[in-house]
Formats: sequence, structure tokens, C-alpha cells
Amino acid sequence: MRPDLEIIQKWITPGSRVMDLGCGDGGLLHYLKTSKGVREIGLEIDEANIQHCIENGVNVIEQNLDQGLSNFQSGGFDTVLLTQTLQALSNPDTLIDDMLRVGRNGIVTFPNFGNWKSRLYLAIKGRMPISKFIPHQWYNTPNIHFCTVKDFDQLCVQKNIKVLTRTVVDSQHQGSWYMRAWPNFLGEIAIYHITRGESA
Amino acid sequence: MPESIPIDSVGLVESQAYHFDDPLTLRSGKVLPAFDLMVEAYGELNANKSNAILICHALSGDHHAAGYHSMDDSKAGWWESCIGPDKAIDTRRFYVVCLNNLGGCAGSTGPTSINPQTGKHYGPDFPVVTVRDWVKSQVMLMDRLGIEKWAAVIGGSLGGMQVLRWAISYPARLANAICIAGAPKLSAQNIAFNEVARHSITSDPNFHEGNYLEKGTYPKQGLMLARMVGHITYLSDSAMRAKFGKSVTDFESDQASFGRDLRTGKLSFGFNVDFQVESYLHYQGERFSENFDANTYLLMTKALDYFDPSVDFDGDLSKAFADSNCKFMLISFSSDWRFPPERSREIVNDLLKADKEVTYLEIEADQGHDAFLLPIPRYIKAFSAYLKRIHQEIVSDAT
Repeated sequence: MRPDLEIIQKWITPGSRVMDLGCGDGGLLHYLKTSKGVREIGLEIDEANIQHCIENGVNVIEQNLDQGLSNFQSGGFDTVLLTQTLQALSNPDTLIDDMLRVGRNGIVTFPNFGNWKSRLYLAIKGRMPISKFIPHQWYNTPNIHFCTVKDFDQLCVQKNIKVLTRTVVDSQHQGSWYMRAWPNFLGEIAIYHITRGESA
Repeated sequence: MPESIPIDSVGLVESQAYHFDDPLTLRSGKVLPAFDLMVEAYGELNANKSNAILICHALSGDHHAAGYHSMDDSKAGWWESCIGPDKAIDTRRFYVVCLNNLGGCAGSTGPTSINPQTGKHYGPDFPVVTVRDWVKSQVMLMDRLGIEKWAAVIGGSLGGMQVLRWAISYPARLANAICIAGAPKLSAQNIAFNEVARHSITSDPNFHEGNYLEKGTYPKQGLMLARMVGHITYLSDSAMRAKFGKSVTDFESDQASFGRDLRTGKLSFGFNVDFQVESYLHYQGERFSENFDANTYLLMTKALDYFDPSVDFDGDLSKAFADSNCKFMLISFSSDWRFPPERSREIVNDLLKADKEVTYLEIEADQGHDAFLLPIPRYIKAFSAYLKRIHQEIVSDAT
């Protein structure tokens, strides 16, 4: 299992209603369905992924996230997941608003562009960072909205989003005291458990 | 004519008539005292009768969904692309049942049947039947076959509407509802096209207010026109273009046809059939008029017009699904302008609002509404995978 998924599954209540935005091949939902008995729905746009979801027995709706979630009722889900998809959205800020409208809480994971490797790559090579983790060229990348841990923290403050838990891990999904101390510099993957703040 | 039966076909099949003596009270309040349903079935029913699938036909379909009636048949059943050994609806796994709906003209009781009370054809006196009435009669057939619960009820277009009615009215009796190229109800445009079709039939001098069989004739021109209009709405602009609008470079420049696909290569400068698409529509209309009953066409289009399960629930379709506990799969096709993807999405959204389990696919396809009958690779692959899951669940439930 992808390391970020290992961490977030602990935040899912058994038997709850879970929506996964950009659910990929449905692997996470399939795991949550069989191990925690959640009632699942995945949203996906990629044909091959949708096919995998059907083969995995995961409920999937073909829907473009850039068109928002206006077809979903407010409060219809317990948890809405957005794993490694934030950076590929046209309007990540409005989708986060929408996910916290549809779900009581949300889980967001994204590659932290503030990581020292990205900084060093750009500083030394002067070119857009490419890694095993983010292998695309600048012109063909689906990732159009990279952000850092600091940027996301800032967005949460602006939008009155309450961060229940924030954790960062490396690409092997290992955490450590030094990553917790300097998350924006050392964390490779940021994982946020969020909910709507008390009063807007 | 098939010289030999293809290996992935159910092969030679026989239809069977089931007679029902129990009176059926229709939505209109009228009662059919007794009736026949013409049925075909493919595959084997398993010991605990858990592998049965019901196929609901669309406007001009019937019970002959797959295979051939004889080696002289020019064409296989209407859904040969999806029903057969190793096909999406795999007859090695499932027992597949399809019937001609009431009011039809392929063997079930309808306007061409003899009314026992008068000794004459029912003709225009056959009562208007609705999707709800059809499903009610399908439940009676199911009971007769000893099937407690369908593994799936599947249909496209008007067939998809029957699928929705099953999920709403008989939630305990199906495990999966598969609605392809469907709509929650007709749009004004849909009804308008149906009205043009009906008007062309009823204004034909040979219609005789529906009593044409008694006069030994039938409204051929009207039925042809109805089918021609209908056929245009089943295809997309791009499908027609692909079929009839060859590119300019395919033509000799001296023919001056410039991609308009002329039938004889030159213009007639009269009101004859100049273009391929014209002769195609004439052919389709002609063939249809010889095989389909005009009163049945009127009934089927009315059933379409009347379908709207939300009417019993303050216009809120999501409330109609409150008791449904089957899983749903919906599929739409990008170029379908009769029941476009937005119509399927309306159903999906109401199912989600009702907290149901739904899978929804929007297939990129050029073929218009007819796409649901065609072997479009992504569609068939997803449809097959979904049915394979259903079969796995049947097998694991049995052990």
C-alpha cells in the first residue's frame, strides 16, 4: 500500500460513508471497504482507472473534479479523501471548500514542493525539479498547482479550515522527529486531516 | 443468413408463449382479463435460481434478443452484441430471460391479438400500457419461472426505464439494476419527436382510426415516416456523416458532389432520391413498416411519454429510490442526443442523493443513441467487468 494511505486509513471510522476524489484504481476504497466496512464512492476521470474500480468492485462515478461537487449533497459523507490529486486540479481552493461542504471531514495529501530536494534541484540546476516521485517534464505534467506545507497552512488559515492533524513523511512513508521539527523543509509528502472551522 | 452459427452466439433459439389467466389491472384503471407473454431464454438456470437476468427491450425491440430462429434468419437477435457465450452478458454464467412487452406485436398480447370479447383484433381498443404495467407483468412472469430475485435487470433506452421502475417498485426482487442510455423522463423535445411519429401514423389514410387490420390494410406510409424520424434521432450527426458524408477527396472532381455522397453520382434536379442518406432512411422505414404494427408503435411511444417515476414523490426522483436496495450501474454515450449523458447524470445524482450504490460511465462514442446496441470496446469491457463481479458474488454466496 502507498505509504500515505497507511497513515490516513487510521482516521477512517468503520462503517462510515467515504468519498475518494480521484480514486485511481480504487485500491484504497477497496481496502477500506473490506477492512473497515465503509460505504464507498470514488470519483475518477481516467478510463483505465475506472475499469480497475469496476473490477475491484468499487462504486465509481465518471466525473471531472474540475467541474466541482455541486451534484453532491452537503454533509452526505463522513470523510472525503483527496490523495495526491490536489496538485492536478484547476481550482484546488474551491474544491477543498466543496469537499468540506460534502464531507464532515477531509483528508488531503500532496507532494510537498518545499522539500529540500526540490529547493536544491531548482537552486543548483535552475530547472523545474524532476524526481522518481514526480517524473514529468514541466510541459506535460498533470501537476499544475504545486504547493508547499507552508502554502497549504496559509490556505487553511485563510479559509478558516481547522487542521485536526498534520503530518509529513518521506517517500517511503517514514516519519521522524526531525521531519516533524522542519516539515516544510524535510517532508516529502504532506498529509492533512481537516475539517471546517467553528465559525466562518 | 448465417452459413454457420458463430461460436460466440447462443445459436438456434426457440420462443415460448406463457399464458396468464390472472387479470392485470393497468395504470389507466383498465383490466386485461388474460394475456400472453412471448419469451426467450438463454443459458442455464442454476440450482438455487440465483443467476437469472432479465433483459428489457426498447421501443421497437422484442423477446428475440440473441441467437437465430432458423438457419434462414438474415439477422440475429437485437442484442447479439452483448448476449452470448463469452460476451458481456455471458450465457455460460447467466440464465438470460427476455420477453416481448404487453402491447407489442411479436407474440405477446397486443393490438394485433384477437380480443376474446369481440372475436376481432384489439386494434385501437388495446388499452394504453405504461412502463409500470410492463414491469408488473414481468413480475408475474418471474413468479411463473420460480425466480425469487434477478441477479440483474438490464435495459437500454426505454428498457432502462423499466430497469428504474423495477428498482423503485420491486426492491426485494433484483440485486443489480443496469440502465444504459436511459432518462428519468422524456424531455419536451423527446415528446415532440414522438408526437410527429404518432401524427404521421394517424394521418395516413390507411390508418382507419386504428382499425386497419379489419380493412385488410395498414398505414405503411405513416409508419415509414415515423420510423424515418425516429431513426434520425437514434443516430448522431457524426455517425451520419461517417456513414454518408464521404470527404471531398473521396470523389472525382468532375462529379461535383463534393462530399455529399450522392446515390448515383449526379444531381437529379428533381425531387427524387439524390443522396445516400435519403435512400437509407427509405430503406429503414420500408423494412420497419413491413414488420411492425402501427398501433404498437403508438402504444410504445405513449409509454415513453408517460414515464416519470417522480410523479408519485412530489417530483423528487431521489425519494422514489428510497426503498431501492440494489446496486446501480448507469452508462451513457457522448454523442447520444436522444437521451444525452446529462439525462443519465440526473438519475445518478438522484441515486447519490438517496444514498444508493452507483457506478456511472460516460462512454466516448460517435454512434448516437444506437451506441448501446453496438460493440464499442470500452463499453463492452466495463459492462463485462461489472457482470463478472455480479457472477462472482453469486458464486461466493452459494458457497
